[in-house]
Amino acid sequence: MATVKTLSIDGRMINAGGDQTVLEAAAEVGIAIPTLCHLDGVADVGACRLCLVEVGDPPRLLPACSTEVFEAMVVRTDTERLRGLRRMIVELLFAERNHVCAVCVANGHCELQDLAVRVGMDHVRFEYVHPGLPVDISHERFGVDHNRCVLCTRCVRVCDQIEGAHTWDVAFRGAGARVVTDMHQPWGTSQTCTSCGKCMQACPTGAIFRKGATVAEMERDRSILSFLVTAREKKQWNV
Amino acid sequence: MDLAELQEVADREAAASKAVRFRVCSAAGCLSSGALEVRSGLEDAVEREGLGENAQVCAVGCLRLCCEGPLVRVDPDGTLYERVAPDQAASIVATLKGGEPSARRGDADRPFFSLQRSIVLENSGTVEPERIESYIAAGGYRSLHEVVREMNPAEVVDLVTRSGLRGRGGAGYPTGLKWGMVAKNPGPHKFVVCNADEGDPGAFMDRTVLESDPHRVLEGMAIAAYAVGAEQGYIYVRGEYPLAIRRLETGIRQARRLGLLGTQIFESPFNFRVDLRIGAGAFVCGEETALIASIEGRRGVPRPRPPYPAASGLWGNPTLINNVETFANVPPIIRNGPEWFASIGTAKSKGTKVFALAGKVRHTGIVEVPMGTTLRTIVETMGGGAPDGGTIKAVQTGGPSGGCIPEDRLDTPVDYESLAQLGSIMGSGGMIVMDQGTNMVEIARFFIGFCMDESCGKCIPCRAGTVQLHRMLSRIIDGEAAEEDLEPLRALCEMVKAASLCGLGQSAPNPVLSTLRYFEDEYRQLLRPGAGAAAASAGR
Ligand SMILES: Cc1cc2nc3c(=O)[nH]c(=O)nc-3n(C[C@H](O)[C@H](O)[C@H](O)COP(=O)(O)O)c2cc1C
Ligand code: SF4
Ligand code: SF4
Ligand code: SF4
Ligand code: FES
Ligand code: FES
Repeated sequence: MATVKTLSIDGRMINAGGDQTVLEAAAEVGIAIPTLCHLDGVADVGACRLCLVEVGDPPRLLPACSTEVFEAMVVRTDTERLRGLRRMIVELLFAERNHVCAVCVANGHCELQDLAVRVGMDHVRFEYVHPGLPVDISHERFGVDHNRCVLCTRCVRVCDQIEGAHTWDVAFRGAGARVVTDMHQPWGTSQTCTSCGKCMQACPTGAIFRKGATVAEMERDRSILSFLVTAREKKQWNV
Repeated sequence: MDLAELQEVADREAAASKAVRFRVCSAAGCLSSGALEVRSGLEDAVEREGLGENAQVCAVGCLRLCCEGPLVRVDPDGTLYERVAPDQAASIVATLKGGEPSARRGDADRPFFSLQRSIVLENSGTVEPERIESYIAAGGYRSLHEVVREMNPAEVVDLVTRSGLRGRGGAGYPTGLKWGMVAKNPGPHKFVVCNADEGDPGAFMDRTVLESDPHRVLEGMAIAAYAVGAEQGYIYVRGEYPLAIRRLETGIRQARRLGLLGTQIFESPFNFRVDLRIGAGAFVCGEETALIASIEGRRGVPRPRPPYPAASGLWGNPTLINNVETFANVPPIIRNGPEWFASIGTAKSKGTKVFALAGKVRHTGIVEVPMGTTLRTIVETMGGGAPDGGTIKAVQTGGPSGGCIPEDRLDTPVDYESLAQLGSIMGSGGMIVMDQGTNMVEIARFFIGFCMDESCGKCIPCRAGTVQLHRMLSRIIDGEAAEEDLEPLRALCEMVKAASLCGLGQSAPNPVLSTLRYFEDEYRQLLRPGAGAAAASAGR
């Protein structure tokens, strides 16, 4: 099963375990592919499409996070075309909801912001939609601002696969899709939430925040999530 | 049940059948225009006139010219009556005694009918969909018998492969190849799934097949199950199809009672059980991984493939997913042999295709034609061209995943490759005709709007990209866009196509790209300076 495969990433020949993903194999040799929905320790869903890489010739676009390596695979992670796609994806996110960083608790500690810098997004070419979504601060310790949510579902997966509470889920579809707690009721009334804070640690943006945090204060301690990896390796949950 | 008993049912049915049959279309189209009342009118008249010895009234499936419903067809002379009103029923029965019908006679020999070639729909309009005996009398379940009693699974797969049948759900994947993969993939449990989600706007082929000949689909599924080694099947059908659901439920019950589904079918070790799963009618749930999630009781969203369902489908087991029409092709392929099937159609697209002909065309309804028939034959000769003296401008095939084909390309034969070359697809068979009055930019916006609403919202290119495409098209239509806005529109189309997770997003820009390809003029006209004011004064 996990026999070692030889492949090339960006022209470099590398070895990788047969059950490794392209993302993992690339990370091992220091090639960082941009990601947003990926979170070490929980199952990948291939949703954000930022990690798309070109495989083979003619190139096929595949998500690095959920594509396993195979023998003689030829991967390119940083072509002109990929840079264009990634930039457009980030722009679409900024246009979709309200990401005015200056007034966000996560300003300076936000993965979306980092991505924008990384893909060289200096302005947004799309029309801002700014839907004006609610902010739920009914929970005693945390809050969720749907205007900052990028629907990566990291909170959903962490809460389900690590905490085992399955408080979060996604409701509605298309542009109306939203993360919801329990049966779409205020978080504060949730019967399942254990207030463990994992979803808050997992959230890449200012969407889930600790109450009382002020602008640019929401630093995440991802090391808290390092136990996730341990848990994953021990296979302590079902995907 | 064995072959002799099957024959007995058929004989009994034949013996009970009367010389004259009034076949009343009882598919959804005609039912909605009053076929039920027509049927009871005919029954009353037959009884009143004392013709019961000689004549019978049958509730059959779709007679195809749905726009002229309710339709009645009379055997043995084949007379067709269109738009029959309940109070005209008696006069139709009176023709048996030499009377003149007050109902309108239709031309049963018009090209709409005569150019059709029926394989999938061979029973549609003759067999009574709610009576299994009627299907058995038409030769039904013979193919299943032959397969179960006389062939091994590998032979069945091989036979389907040699027929050249390709999936009718859209992508045209070789059916035999798919069956072979599911058969070969290891697993203690395997499943067969019939995809009856049919979410494309303007499409009603699968609904017609299910309402007109449900047993045909059940038989095809059972044959597939035997070939791949499955004991459980699901039909995933949208909740908006209550009649199809009811007839499938009836069909499953009848087949179980006769031992044609269930355990030890035809006294063999083969067991096969079929259950219905009713979808809430989301277009994305037709995508196979979303469909699987939905059957499993989860949110119907796609996941990256591989693994394909053939390797890891329902609850991680090898799963065969085929379209309604694909399964419906199987029993006649077994009956007549793969060479027979392969002799129909074109080099790479075998057999026939059922289309739902709709839009600006005189005869709307269901047509089944050999692959390779030209679009012009379908929409002009058979469909009768645009109504009210209009002329056809374009034909949209493949629904929201497809594209618009301009009038000057209508001589293209319908097969998977030719349509793809024109930037459209065969899709599942929706065919929407547009006349000169149609604004192609509006059409593009309509389809993007559909995909925008139906996007599952999981991946960003599709969820947010369709919203922006819709806005860009709206700005063009409102006359607020300029020349330099066309390039970003194209670029975003390409991005959504390339980066989306599933087929919905990957094909959503097709209607925009194909209208840009053939009708760029119409976009440019809207871009002219002052177009905004012109649109406003035209009240748009
Ligand atoms: C968004 C989307 C919707 C689809 N809807 C349908 C459908 O309604 N019916 C169908 O048979 N296939 C549909 N398909 C194709 C199926 O995913 C699948 O390819 C097909 O059912 C396979 O059957 P076939 O090989 O017999 O064509 C859809 C695909 C996508 C991406
Ligand atoms: S705080 Fe913990 S239990 Fe509550 S929603 Fe977040 S992850 Fe789930
Ligand atoms: S709330 Fe945060 S973690 Fe959850 S989906 Fe939104 S952005 Fe992702
Ligand atoms: S392409 Fe659209 S429908 Fe498909 S997964 Fe992405 S958001 Fe969902
Ligand atoms: S990180 Fe791979 S798709 Fe989001
Ligand atoms: S529904 Fe009656 S002819 Fe099609």
